[in-house]
Amino acid sequence: MSIDMSQFHQVFFEESFEGLDIMETGLMDLDLGAANDEEINTIFRAAHSIKGGAGTFGFTDISSFTHVMETLLDEMRDGCREVTREAVDLLLASIDCLREMLSAVDAGDEIDQVRKDSLQKDLESLLANGSGDSKPQSVQQTVESSKDETTSQGIWKITFAPHPNLFKTGNDPVRIFRELKTLGVLTSIVDISKLPSYFELDPEESYLTWEMKLDSECSEAEIDEVFAWVDEECELTISKLTEQVIIDDSPEEEITVVATEEKTEIEKQDSVKPVVARKKTNKKAGSENSSIRVGIDKIDALINMVGELVITQSMLSQISENFVESDLEKLRDGIDELERNTRELQENVMQIRMLPISFSFNRFPRLVRDMASKLGKNIELKMSGEQTELDKTVMEKIGDPLVHLVRNSLDHGIEMPDVRKAAGKPEVGTLQLNAYHEGGNIVIEIVDDGAGLNKERILSKARENGLVGEDEILPDEKIHELIFAPGFSTAAEVSDVSGRGVSMDVVMRNIRDLGGVVEIKSEEGKGSTFTIRLPLTLAILDGQLIRVGDHVYIIPLVSIVESLQVESENCNSLAGKAELYKLREEYISIIRLHKAFNITPDSTELTKGLLVVAESEGQKVGIFVDDLLAQQQVVIKSLETNYQKVDGISGATILGDGTVAMILDMTGLVHLSRNNPVAISNSQSLITEEAVA
Amino acid sequence: MEIENQSETHSMMNTDLDLNAEQFLSFYLAGEEYGVDILRVQEIKCWENATEVPNSPDYLKGVINLRGTIVPVIDMRQRFGIEAIEYTKTTVVIVLKVEDADRERTVGFIVDAVSDVYTIESELLRAPPETGDSIDLGFVKGLTSINEKMVVLLDIDHLLDEEKISESQNLH
Repeated sequence: MSIDMSQFHQVFFEESFEGLDIMETGLMDLDLGAANDEEINTIFRAAHSIKGGAGTFGFTDISSFTHVMETLLDEMRDGCREVTREAVDLLLASIDCLREMLSAVDAGDEIDQVRKDSLQKDLESLLANGSGDSKPQSVQQTVESSKDETTSQGIWKITFAPHPNLFKTGNDPVRIFRELKTLGVLTSIVDISKLPSYFELDPEESYLTWEMKLDSECSEAEIDEVFAWVDEECELTISKLTEQVIIDDSPEEEITVVATEEKTEIEKQDSVKPVVARKKTNKKAGSENSSIRVGIDKIDALINMVGELVITQSMLSQISENFVESDLEKLRDGIDELERNTRELQENVMQIRMLPISFSFNRFPRLVRDMASKLGKNIELKMSGEQTELDKTVMEKIGDPLVHLVRNSLDHGIEMPDVRKAAGKPEVGTLQLNAYHEGGNIVIEIVDDGAGLNKERILSKARENGLVGEDEILPDEKIHELIFAPGFSTAAEVSDVSGRGVSMDVVMRNIRDLGGVVEIKSEEGKGSTFTIRLPLTLAILDGQLIRVGDHVYIIPLVSIVESLQVESENCNSLAGKAELYKLREEYISIIRLHKAFNITPDSTELTKGLLVVAESEGQKVGIFVDDLLAQQQVVIKSLETNYQKVDGISGATILGDGTVAMILDMTGLVHLSRNNPVAISNSQSLITEEAVA
Repeated sequence: MEIENQSETHSMMNTDLDLNAEQFLSFYLAGEEYGVDILRVQEIKCWENATEVPNSPDYLKGVINLRGTIVPVIDMRQRFGIEAIEYTKTTVVIVLKVEDADRERTVGFIVDAVSDVYTIESELLRAPPETGDSIDLGFVKGLTSINEKMVVLLDIDHLLDEEKISESQNLH
């Protein structure tokens, strides 16, 4: 019976990536020269399980590579090798390489052999050099034992199918077999299925193929050498059977051979299947189909709560069965309890999706270290609030923007040591990453004590690009926000770290897509602070229910600035088409929801309805609706799962009465009303009708 | 009114299950009988008001809440360009699983009434007749006769192809 190993691949990859993260964090924390045993142990264990897993699944490249890393770590652990910067750097580079190898295998791509080989060679040479102190003896031993393991006792499976013209080249398989026999115990099975009848047989042609098992300590290269002369004249495959196959070292050799043969059959089948399976998972990978690890305590809490819910429910049905008026109080209590249970359950289910932000922060020590050495700056990274939890999806999406912002601070913010010294600041720059909860939001701060934003330069650059008029005077915040404008970069020279002016507007867009905002505080010469505010989860939002005619829609509360009654003297129209409303000192454009969505309102007169002032992409718009209803938390459901994307709608939700209500997407709505195809086609048909009349 | 469990439907049918036979759920639409693959049927629901989707085609009556998922509901009559009627007591929504090129969707179809479950052997399936280039019958799987009456078997995966539908709509 064969087990389809490919079903475990995904788990292996996920665990391996986690292991790599652990190794990376561990290595970053290591004190050079005086490493803590426990720390090295953690790193070692992670490497060891990756190696073991890779071996089990037959990813030999990965397991052999990890093995060398592991050997190095083992020596560090035994204390016979000092933890040098060189070794740590090499290990970090190896982790990067491993990560790439794993993702390549995961995606079904070829792995980068050149890089792997060169790194492996570096590692091996580091190993061979020894630590140069205390116990060279044991170093030697480990190296030897490592060699033993890679070339250890094993069964080689060789398929040898010579081309028909083999004999004409003067080669004889018999000689090859004799040579093979000197390497170890050889068993071979000959396949005579291609052998023609006696009368058709050409004595000068070869018709046979062989399948051989070679029980030997030799390496693949040695076997290859035997076949060197017939390389061109045959189909040859050499493979090593997996380690588990040869565990049994029983004297009855025949049985072992039979057993291995069966396994090879299985392996053959398996080797076909995983490819297919992998292709399937590949498709899925795009749709973020990852898994999540949940602590057993969280699950237990959920089960408890469901238990309570069931009890409450049975209590309620008992009351309703023989309901008398005196039970009303009991019924109310029961419903209260039900409500509390449901809310608790909801909160706890949400909790499952929550992960500490350290998952995202953990990459920064490495990033800062690498970038600091590249830029020649001295930078200390301080992190706080790593345990602050946020939704997994939000975390995945905030990762890249955070990296951009940190890179930006490192590159443009913190100055070179000599500049800092001249400015009377400590040579070592500090970069702080803080995370904390505030209301229903998570706040992430990126604080540097660098040069701060140069207002003059930003302004002159913005004027150059035509983003700001020549004589316009802007408040500080507006100037700071300019750095998020598309194509804006003030870096005097474009470095390979940042400065192409691409990243910042992407950062802004990503954060806005998540329903978040960025604030900048900056003081020249003292540093800057980027504050990102994000909703804790993408699954629930606070919404304002509004009504137009018979239709109920939801506007996300975050985007609403205010709601007001329209005063006719403040209404203006621009070129007879666009309607504007004078809101104090500003003119905002009015979007009539009934026009944008082609529905019938109670009234088309602005004074009879309400104007909801909302912000979209930093611009205020007034949305004309019939009425405001309740405010409530709504669970966001996707329209796209079963239908498709709808312009102006970001999703749907289910209201208390079980009906569906659409959630408005402010940005989409503004675009929709700007070039409303329905309105255009309607007006066109009107014109043609008139023309006909 | 709801038939949620397909196996139940199966067990109610006492036909000899032939390997070459397929089972179809049939429904009425403007006097004609149509059939869909029964294995695609999720459930049959009474018509209830749907929430309209802004700027959507006429035949999309809106979306409904199907135990927490948002499911679009399509009026089959309008879909085929047949004159729409007031929904009656027999009007039902057949919720089907529709497979697109890359995903599986759940879609509700409003029909005049459900009729029966037929087991039809594949050799009794006839290809739709050639109607010339003007009509694309890509969403018709085949025709068959039950009690001397024609039943049109629909290929529901192609029922949502925009072009095919609009072409058939142009005919009316």
